[in-house]
Amino acid sequence: MTANATQEGRAAQFELLPGKGLTLVRLAVWPPLAWIGAFFFIPIGFMLAISTWTRARGGLDPAWTLDNYEKILTRSYLLEGLTNSIEVALITTAISVIVAYPIAYVLAYRVPIKWQRVLLILAILPFWTSYLVRSYAWTVVLGDLGIVNVLLSQLGLISEPLILNYTRAATVLGFVHFFVMLLTLTIYANLVQISPLYRHAAADLGASGFQCFWRITLPLSLPGIMVGAFLTFVVCIGDYITPQILGGGNELLLPQSIIIQIQRTGDLPMAAAMSVVLMLTVTCAYFLTARWLRLDRL
Amino acid sequence: MIKRNGGPFAPHDKSRRAFLTRSASFAGLAATSSLLNPSFARASGTLNFLTWCDHVDPRMVALYEGKTGNSVQSKIYEGTGAALSIKDQSSKGDWDLFCVDFQDTPIVAGKGYLAELDDSRVPWDKIFPAIRNQPHSYSADGKLYGIPTKFGYYGLAYNKDKVDPADARTAEIMWNEKYKGRIAVYDYYLPIIQLVGLSQGLRPQDITVENLPSNIREPLLKLKPQTRVVGDIVTVLNALHGGSTDMIIGGAEWLVALDMANNPALDFITFDEGALMWNEALSIFADARNPEASWAFIEAALSPEGQRFISTSECAWANPVRMDAALTAEEAGILRWEEQAKVLERAIPSSLAGDELDYAMLDLWQEFLAA
Repeated sequence: MTANATQEGRAAQFELLPGKGLTLVRLAVWPPLAWIGAFFFIPIGFMLAISTWTRARGGLDPAWTLDNYEKILTRSYLLEGLTNSIEVALITTAISVIVAYPIAYVLAYRVPIKWQRVLLILAILPFWTSYLVRSYAWTVVLGDLGIVNVLLSQLGLISEPLILNYTRAATVLGFVHFFVMLLTLTIYANLVQISPLYRHAAADLGASGFQCFWRITLPLSLPGIMVGAFLTFVVCIGDYITPQILGGGNELLLPQSIIIQIQRTGDLPMAAAMSVVLMLTVTCAYFLTARWLRLDRL
Repeated sequence: MIKRNGGPFAPHDKSRRAFLTRSASFAGLAATSSLLNPSFARASGTLNFLTWCDHVDPRMVALYEGKTGNSVQSKIYEGTGAALSIKDQSSKGDWDLFCVDFQDTPIVAGKGYLAELDDSRVPWDKIFPAIRNQPHSYSADGKLYGIPTKFGYYGLAYNKDKVDPADARTAEIMWNEKYKGRIAVYDYYLPIIQLVGLSQGLRPQDITVENLPSNIREPLLKLKPQTRVVGDIVTVLNALHGGSTDMIIGGAEWLVALDMANNPALDFITFDEGALMWNEALSIFADARNPEASWAFIEAALSPEGQRFISTSECAWANPVRMDAALTAEEAGILRWEEQAKVLERAIPSSLAGDELDYAMLDLWQEFLAA
């Protein structure tokens, strides 16, 4: 029903356009296409090409080879780096969804409209600070002499500091802090689009509050969840800063390995091959979630 | 068609468009600025300088600009690999002067990046002989491609309230159970692997692709469970200052000297097994547009005053190569300047044999990180 309504709306939009207007719309498509071609497809093409080169004395050797990919697939630590990256991204995404959904739900359905804007601003307020600063701020909170340990120690709950920072848990915490805001926005934007009439109708027919949520609100809000989750996964799996600062380099993630190739040895072909592998991982994630990725619902 | 129910997102279409417009304008401006940048950078009287952070200390730049009337356009990098990537992606002649790790100069020169330097213009008589007499100072055919300006050590930076100075004297501290979980490791594979090598009786020049797995791999991997943090300069310093670790393997004066005046618990030491030494040098790119402006900078950097500014840079402190550098008494005290001649006697340059060994070390390092 919703999909039909959306299609009808789209059709109506195009019907309103006169012939010349439609031509203009078609012409207007070209600049963004050119932009995407110039700044996405061509660079991706370069990256794919360079990933089949090798670093050589005096620069890069453009002779075609799959050596870099072979190395990624045969070095156990690089495969471990990839699986670590996927694990961290999945854990972060799952926790972020679990935390963000109730916040978005309360904002959308329990807070008066006049307060929603204020609360949304408060929710996204941490976005206004630098990502880097936020990550370092967590080291102050989680450090051995940080707020948490000092507080627990003063309360007499611990005698030795808890090891909180420079762990995978710290990395995930730093990520979740950031991505909960993003997910709250995408889920909220989806929830407010769901007509309250559905819930009212269900209630009239005897559905309990939980049934309304489980059978109506949650399925209809899946596009918002999946779009936010996908964005979270994509950004998280490619992030270098948070694992470096909060994870303390205690496990190898693929973005760290990419940085090592670039910064330490200038091995751009190997870094490009690793980036292609990350991109393929994200592409797989896209295909797994594609059926729910409805950007028009945001 | 579903209508929005009047929530805060409803009226935002217009402002979102405005936001996109502003973003696009900003991106365009940023892109245009970066396109314009090289032409500005190539202006005459401008020295284009690819450098570690310490060589563009504001006092050093002011000294050079005051002496020559030239301006300095600099790009700071971390790691020779990163610097060469920047160079590769630049147009010919974009860069004049290059501050590079001295031990890398023969490799970089071998790739054709550097111009041969006039040995007679270097005040070698004022520079510690041990600095000049390093295996990598001249290329195989006896040519000079880099002029050393600053040196320091890879050893141990530590909190002496937490670490017994007697334990700190030897590289064995890396595997001392007493400090398990209290160790930070600076994430530059070359010196850390070389320090592990020294602990096994292998000098940097003795490390080969062949003996890396048999002599270095096992002790390096044994270091991992001892380690709390492996990170860049800021990360390991944060861990030390925040009390999460008590020492930084690979650190020394360049990591903590700047903070020692404010934090008397901080200290540094080189290991008894050998004082693993790094040097920075100034080189001129083979395609430099302003070689004379580059020489003027080298001369300013090697002046007693310039030596002081570089060695006590806001970015990182370390030792001047010039024996009569104009350090203040306090600066000399922190750097233990009076001991340098003695330390240099047992200094071992952190040199690298070539690309193949570099790759093998990097592989091993990533195995260490994944362990």
